Amino acid sequence: MTKQQMNGSRMLIEALHLEGVSVIFGYPGGAVLNIYDEIYKQDYFRHILTRHEQAAVHAADGYARASGKVGVAIITSGPGFTNAVTGIATAFTDSIPLVVISGQVPLTQIGTDAFQEVDAVGISRPCTKHNYLVKSIEELPRIIKEAFYIARSGRPGPVLIDLPKDISAQLGEFNYPNSISLASYKPTTKGNSRQIKKLANAILESHNPLFYIGGGAVIANSHDLIKKLLEITQIPSVETLMARGITQGDSNFLGMLGMHGTYTANMATSECDLLISLGARFDDRVTGKVSEFAKFAKIAHIDIDPSSIGKIIDVNFPIVGDLNLVLQELIKELQDKTLESSVSEGRSKWITKLKKWGNTHPLRYMDNELDSKNADSTVKSQQAPLKPQWVIEEVGKMLGKQAIITTDVGQHQMWVAQFYPFSEKRQFITSGGLGTMGFGMPANMGVAIALQELYKNSDEQKYAISFSGDGGILMNIQELMTCIESNIKTINIILNNGYLGMVKQWQEFFYEKRLSHVQLTQPNFKLLAESFGALGLEANDKESFRDALQQAINSPKVSLINVHVNKDEIVLPMVPGGNPLYKMILE
Amino acid sequence: MQKRIICITAVNEHSVLARISGLFAGRGYNIDSLTVAPLSDNNLSRITITTRGDEKVLEQIIKQLHKLIPVLNVVEHSEIVTQEIALIKFENNEKIGAISALINASGGKIVSWSEKNIVFSVSGETQMIKDIISSLHNFMPKEIIRSGVLAIER
Repeated sequence: MTKQQMNGSRMLIEALHLEGVSVIFGYPGGAVLNIYDEIYKQDYFRHILTRHEQAAVHAADGYARASGKVGVAIITSGPGFTNAVTGIATAFTDSIPLVVISGQVPLTQIGTDAFQEVDAVGISRPCTKHNYLVKSIEELPRIIKEAFYIARSGRPGPVLIDLPKDISAQLGEFNYPNSISLASYKPTTKGNSRQIKKLANAILESHNPLFYIGGGAVIANSHDLIKKLLEITQIPSVETLMARGITQGDSNFLGMLGMHGTYTANMATSECDLLISLGARFDDRVTGKVSEFAKFAKIAHIDIDPSSIGKIIDVNFPIVGDLNLVLQELIKELQDKTLESSVSEGRSKWITKLKKWGNTHPLRYMDNELDSKNADSTVKSQQAPLKPQWVIEEVGKMLGKQAIITTDVGQHQMWVAQFYPFSEKRQFITSGGLGTMGFGMPANMGVAIALQELYKNSDEQKYAISFSGDGGILMNIQELMTCIESNIKTINIILNNGYLGMVKQWQEFFYEKRLSHVQLTQPNFKLLAESFGALGLEANDKESFRDALQQAINSPKVSLINVHVNKDEIVLPMVPGGNPLYKMILE
Repeated sequence: MQKRIICITAVNEHSVLARISGLFAGRGYNIDSLTVAPLSDNNLSRITITTRGDEKVLEQIIKQLHKLIPVLNVVEHSEIVTQEIALIKFENNEKIGAISALINASGGKIVSWSEKNIVFSVSGETQMIKDIISSLHNFMPKEIIRSGVLAIER
């Protein structure tokens, strides 16, 4: 244990250092002046100055998702904190480990409606895993230790530390605990062995089993164990949006399920007789109409969070625990077991059926070469012929596993999930639960910094790529300045169709095509990017896109590529809200 | 919807009650009554909540309560004893003798005398308190205050 007299701000710096923090994202202000003075004096970690507090939290979030470490953001009191709330809630819904430090007015002024005072712990209570108002210098080291422990353990999540200005200046003894134990917080990590055995037996007897893999598998880094489980069982699998990429490449992988899932994934879920959920939470975008969801199936649910189990759907095999520990036991139970002949016959029929569905209903789109054949040249030049799906596939062809892909929210997000050829761990980063527009670009900055750290001593070249729509990009476009200032190279692709495409799609389907406030007037994105000092690029056909992406790859600077894409493209398949998964709009 | 009593033991720290009541409000659960007091022997508080809901809702409430970091323990079962206190105020007039006799018979007593008003206290299980209150209705009590339910495992 280290014991030393220092002020609260210095304690924070020392504690962050002891927690292994190498970068923090933040924005200064009155209530954090003491802390920023100590940040100035230290050289333990990098501080990235963003241009908005929301972006600081998204960047810390992107960093956490790409690196698997705890992301750290620091913001000032009042409006600094309220700006950060969207970022905190985004991380909370997707279970991302963050420690957010907010300044607060001095203890003596709390409750007096002081300048830039807002009840930060009150506002953030429902969107943090836990939060603290520091009320004395003595408890500060313990609180920081607890915050990191709570953020990264169990089901991870953001933890807020609200630090009053007088405490950040007050002297005290820095006594940082080496370890922590909270009587009231002990996440269950080892799954119940009897339940695991029962599940293993059910798997061995099931004719039509299916693995349903969720974001928990990414958070737990269970990629390799899941691959092994799929290999030894040869059971088909589907992924949620948050799990995209985990089982890609497995011969029995059926694609994403849910509202914009593949035909095969949704039909398999509807017809399986045993559905085994690995770290998924039966979100409404996945289940569609709950009473029809996997209604012929027994359900197994493995989750670190007991409250996820049985929340949406009744479960036959509930297993609370760390996914990796449970998978290890499950693999042990299933290894070298042979199936009874009737079961293995059933299995091969099941897989044949799924393969047939896959062949008759693949994910597809009409490339412009085909559908612009009949259009005359004037129409062709007026309409943006590029298909957004093609752009995504092309990035996949040019960069493949070299790219970590971040998205915003909307149509482009679904197309990326459907069409990018993911193959790496933590390769797809998206705001799945909260669906936060404006997430992509700032999160991509965090990804870029995580990649710098991860591949510091490697020859491997990795690229932080974000896709946005022309709506979401303007929600945090100011972060181009951060990238220039802090030398962060990101490549940001706008799939520009001139609309809030997903809202437009719903208005067309369900509101008799009354397009209410979805058409967007545009800035000149190229000039906008250039005014920040970034590389501004335009593309409106295949060749110009390839050129633009190559230029962006070659440039040392952050880039913004404005790609004009077809205005009328819609995301298919689609399960309209409230419908069962098997009722898909296919064309 | 069934009535349920949930007993929570939580670390007695800043805003723990707000976390619990906020959870009920935010997730749309009912609170019929709520009592809080520190436990005598340590830094813990006991919170007793009466709520309504079916099995599934109740299971979620309990799991969500467990998820709160300062919550140590959540108990919900039928093997509990409950008590509630009611304070009932009457105008000090010619009927007070009859009222007093009734309340005495239920084990209650006078807790405040004055020229103007008399305050009685009665304690018992919720149903008994309800019965007493309704039987006193004709005597036109000026004010009735109930404590909410306290519970302890048998």
